[in-house]
Amino acid sequence: MAEKMQLNEVEVWDGNLAAAQALRQAQVDVVAAYPITPSTPIVENYGYFVANGYVDGEYVMVESEHAAMSACVGAAAAGGRVATATSSQGFMLMIEVLYQASGMRVPLVLTVANRAVASPLNVRGDHGDMYAGRDSGWVQMDAFNAQEAYDLTLCAFKIGEDMRVRLPVMVHQDGFLTSHTAQNVHPLQDDEAYKFVGDYKPYEEMLDFSKPVTYGAQTEEDWHFEHKARQHKALFDSAAVIDEVFEEFKKLTGREYKRVESYMMEDAEVAIVALGTTVETARVAAEELRKEEGIKAGVVAPRVFRPFPFNEIRDALANVKAVAVLDRSAPMGAMGALFNEISAAMYTTPNRPLITNFIYGLGGRDFPVSEAKRIFKEQKAHADAGYITTPIQQFSGVRGPKLGFFETKRS
Amino acid sequence: MSKGVLATPKRGIRELGAEELVGWDEVTQGTILETFETEVDNVAHIRPEERPYSDFSSYTATVASWRVIKPVYNRDICIDCQHCWVWCPDTSIVSRDKQMLGIDYDHCKGCGVCVEVCPTNPKSLLMFAEAEEPEVALTKWPEKKKKEK
Repeated sequence: MAEKMQLNEVEVWDGNLAAAQALRQAQVDVVAAYPITPSTPIVENYGYFVANGYVDGEYVMVESEHAAMSACVGAAAAGGRVATATSSQGFMLMIEVLYQASGMRVPLVLTVANRAVASPLNVRGDHGDMYAGRDSGWVQMDAFNAQEAYDLTLCAFKIGEDMRVRLPVMVHQDGFLTSHTAQNVHPLQDDEAYKFVGDYKPYEEMLDFSKPVTYGAQTEEDWHFEHKARQHKALFDSAAVIDEVFEEFKKLTGREYKRVESYMMEDAEVAIVALGTTVETARVAAEELRKEEGIKAGVVAPRVFRPFPFNEIRDALANVKAVAVLDRSAPMGAMGALFNEISAAMYTTPNRPLITNFIYGLGGRDFPVSEAKRIFKEQKAHADAGYITTPIQQFSGVRGPKLGFFETKRS
Repeated sequence: MSKGVLATPKRGIRELGAEELVGWDEVTQGTILETFETEVDNVAHIRPEERPYSDFSSYTATVASWRVIKPVYNRDICIDCQHCWVWCPDTSIVSRDKQMLGIDYDHCKGCGVCVEVCPTNPKSLLMFAEAEEPEVALTKWPEKKKKEK
């Protein structure tokens, strides 16, 4: 039996340790890992827990992230609770296997400390890796601080392993800004946390020799489409289970999560939509602007990036006049992905607010409160004018001449 | 076309891919294929022809149509060394109690590995055109080769 760890009511953990503690408390059967900055301390801490008897499961060091995720898929298909961690280049190397995991409907958990993707090489945080996972068929949840990284990692097991879901789940946090920033975290005690996550329930596990099954079948044009359709529906349907798990977590801890978080949106005229630590920056900016200039600013943040909360986004932005959607990922010849998805959702509403796109914070470039305030004020100018007064996509915080693309077409 | 030794009413009854097509709401979760129709204990001790293979097991499918040449087995020369049984990549050599019985022509793809590894002189397995009847092929068997000095 694994040793229990006595935790204080408030611990000082960074996001990495918070994620590692959640993995320990879930008593994962197999962690196969290949460390990479900035997520290294997740598996490093976990290795410490294993070495010191706090975990009964197996810890497998492998030769690459591709191998790490492959070992995880194998262990999950065999019938174990499985998890790992990665970032950036490691995430990119895992991508092929990410699709295998979701296609095989194995519920494993991947904790990601988001980091920019080379070239040029960069270890700092942006959302390039998170975005690269958006078509991979995983549930993707986003933590904005260390407490949330802990909470959502516990929830991830419960969501993915639910018999109505059976899908792999990623829990994202911002590299360094969350992963390496020590903050106050209110953990659950081990027994309480494990009870919340629950025992692992196997389904069609390969180690059941009385009922042999084949994983990873080949399908061509006669079967592939039906399997992908079913998988897509399963991912959309997971939304209901995510809501249930969040509700149960709230009853246990008092901490409330929603698939779309809204701050100061009750009477908001202008809004910022963002992911990660930027949400907290934008909230500070909105509060200050409300006090200083009376601008009715609010913030909307998709807590769950996949399945995309299409309805909840439409509700959250139902009454705003102008929205800035912030993408912390190089869009490379397109509008930002979050902008596109928010725009598509809002186009199907009677409101159809003015929506602009900001590319910001690439490679860990700081995004200060002052810039968030400037963006809010720009939205206020659009709202007052009744049209978009700037390029639709702008770069925020980049040196050199002002960089923007596309104007509103006005006949 | 002979179905080969130990054929059963379920083995190779359909072409691969000729399963009954169903909609997205009926396909298995995760494209998982169940091998048997019921749970089976100690399956290693049950002979293939007695196992309750499901319609989605390769056992019930045939890939005979993939073959253009096939191995023919000559019992008179075989020494039951089991090399072909060990090396066949598709478990298509049928052997019982270390005695070679013949070839599962539902699953053999005609790769020729069995012929390659056969150590007898002449070989106990030889490749013939798919259309050649095994009985006719056996009349065309080569003589023993003399060792060159």
